[in-house]
Amino acid sequence: MIHQYKLNGYNIVLDVFSGSIHIPDDIAYDAIRFLDEGKSEDEAKAALRSAYPGISDEDVEDTFSDINELKEAGKLFSEDVFREVTMDFKKRVTPVKALCLLVAHTCNLNCSYCFAAQGKFKGQEKAGLMSFETGKRALDFLVENSGTRKNLEVDFFGGEPLVNFQVCKDLVAYARSIEKEHNKNFRFTLTTNGIGITDEVIEWANKECYNVVLSLDGRKEVNDRFRVDLGGCGSYDRIVPKFQKLVEARGGKGYYMRGTFTHHNTDFTNDIFHMADDLGFSELSMEPVVTDPSDPCALTEEDLPVLFEQYEILAKDMIRRKRDGKPITFYHYMIDLEHGPCIYKRVSGCGSGTEYMAVTAWGDLYPCHQFVNDPEYKLGDIWNGVTAENIRDEFKLCNVYAKPDCQNCWARLYCAGGCAANALHATGDIHGTYEYGCELFKKRIECALMMKVAESKGDC
Amino acid sequence: MKHIETVETRDMAVSAVKGGCGECQTSCQSACKTSCGIANQACENKDAE
Ligand code: SF4
Ligand code: SF4
Repeated sequence: MIHQYKLNGYNIVLDVFSGSIHIPDDIAYDAIRFLDEGKSEDEAKAALRSAYPGISDEDVEDTFSDINELKEAGKLFSEDVFREVTMDFKKRVTPVKALCLLVAHTCNLNCSYCFAAQGKFKGQEKAGLMSFETGKRALDFLVENSGTRKNLEVDFFGGEPLVNFQVCKDLVAYARSIEKEHNKNFRFTLTTNGIGITDEVIEWANKECYNVVLSLDGRKEVNDRFRVDLGGCGSYDRIVPKFQKLVEARGGKGYYMRGTFTHHNTDFTNDIFHMADDLGFSELSMEPVVTDPSDPCALTEEDLPVLFEQYEILAKDMIRRKRDGKPITFYHYMIDLEHGPCIYKRVSGCGSGTEYMAVTAWGDLYPCHQFVNDPEYKLGDIWNGVTAENIRDEFKLCNVYAKPDCQNCWARLYCAGGCAANALHATGDIHGTYEYGCELFKKRIECALMMKVAESKGDC
Repeated sequence: MKHIETVETRDMAVSAVKGGCGECQTSCQSACKTSCGIANQACENKDAE
């Protein structure tokens, strides 16, 4: 399978199964297209001659010799040999290696689009904080179930985790005290809305957290439309200086400014550029809102072409910035073509419900933070482990080859089958696909690959 | 090659032989929390090609 497209003046051909990326000239681009349409080599040559009336025999022959050389090397029209990799998925041992700890089911902001409903998640009235004892048991559970995995990831999430900062600190200290004897390496991430950031938090986060995710939607008026406190006041003015201080003190350690865009700011590149140019942040992530289609902030079909254009604007602008020596990182455009994930990772997906789980403040286990409090998806708890093995098996088998819609998708080895939670919410089945998300995903990959092509051409 | 340039990429078939150690980051953990994408994850295995 191949996928070919033209973007920003480049001809791009992706050979889906080998992962190879080619930059053909116009003649070769069309020749590949003719072959992909099912024409024989002779038919394709004839079609090429009629498409390019003045073309020399030499050019035609050279073009096909290039194509055949790539085919023989397994880099063009390569076959899908990976289906078998997924055959044994059920037997696969999947140690747990990442936990999302919902340390606070409460929040000091009241963002109306929050999928976690300020930490109360769906339909749940009780708010609550994770106790140190519960958190400690969660870390022990992780160590016990992580097999030979060395790197263990723990995310402090909520609600707003800094509402329960003392427990976050104590849990990190506990993890550090046990990691050596178990030959583990804990990597902590803090996801915060910024309100609770103090000098002490900054020092701690910069020492202990491998990554921090800082929620900011961009321009003040955009951020303050949703990211408001309980009294309805916008958070921008309070959080931006704190984020800047934290990032400055971080000394190059990983972080992301993470925004959400909605139907109200489909020109979201302006928010990204605001964060980069006016606020000085360079590591940026901006996600489409996940919400019920009836919500006025939900993205619509009509928004789609606008969003596509925005992604192109962003990609082109990032090429310019790189050329000017002032690059920014956009989470979804960060593709590592040479040292990216192996095929196992590419077919097995996000790991929710198997190697990644969410733990509520009271110790219940769910496949991930987006399934929390859906009683149908409760996996078990940190004391008794995973007791709903049928659910875990369902997630284990939910790979890109198990999803009917993904079978003809060229992006599948970049996507791994999409988000199970989005699929469930859109189709009622974790094996479904959230089509809108797929459209955006594919556009982002086209842009990201285009940027790699520009790089390899020496254009940035 | 006169008509086609190729960008250097990891060979998927080769990665099937030595890959699969599982040490890499879990996708949703890194930033987005609302969707998956694995392309931007780095491989942690220095021995796998
Ligand atoms: S983009 Fe959609 S169809 Fe394609 S692999 Fe991902 S989830 Fe499947
Ligand atoms: S199901 Fe979706 S939200 Fe949950 S871990 Fe996977 S990609 Fe992330």
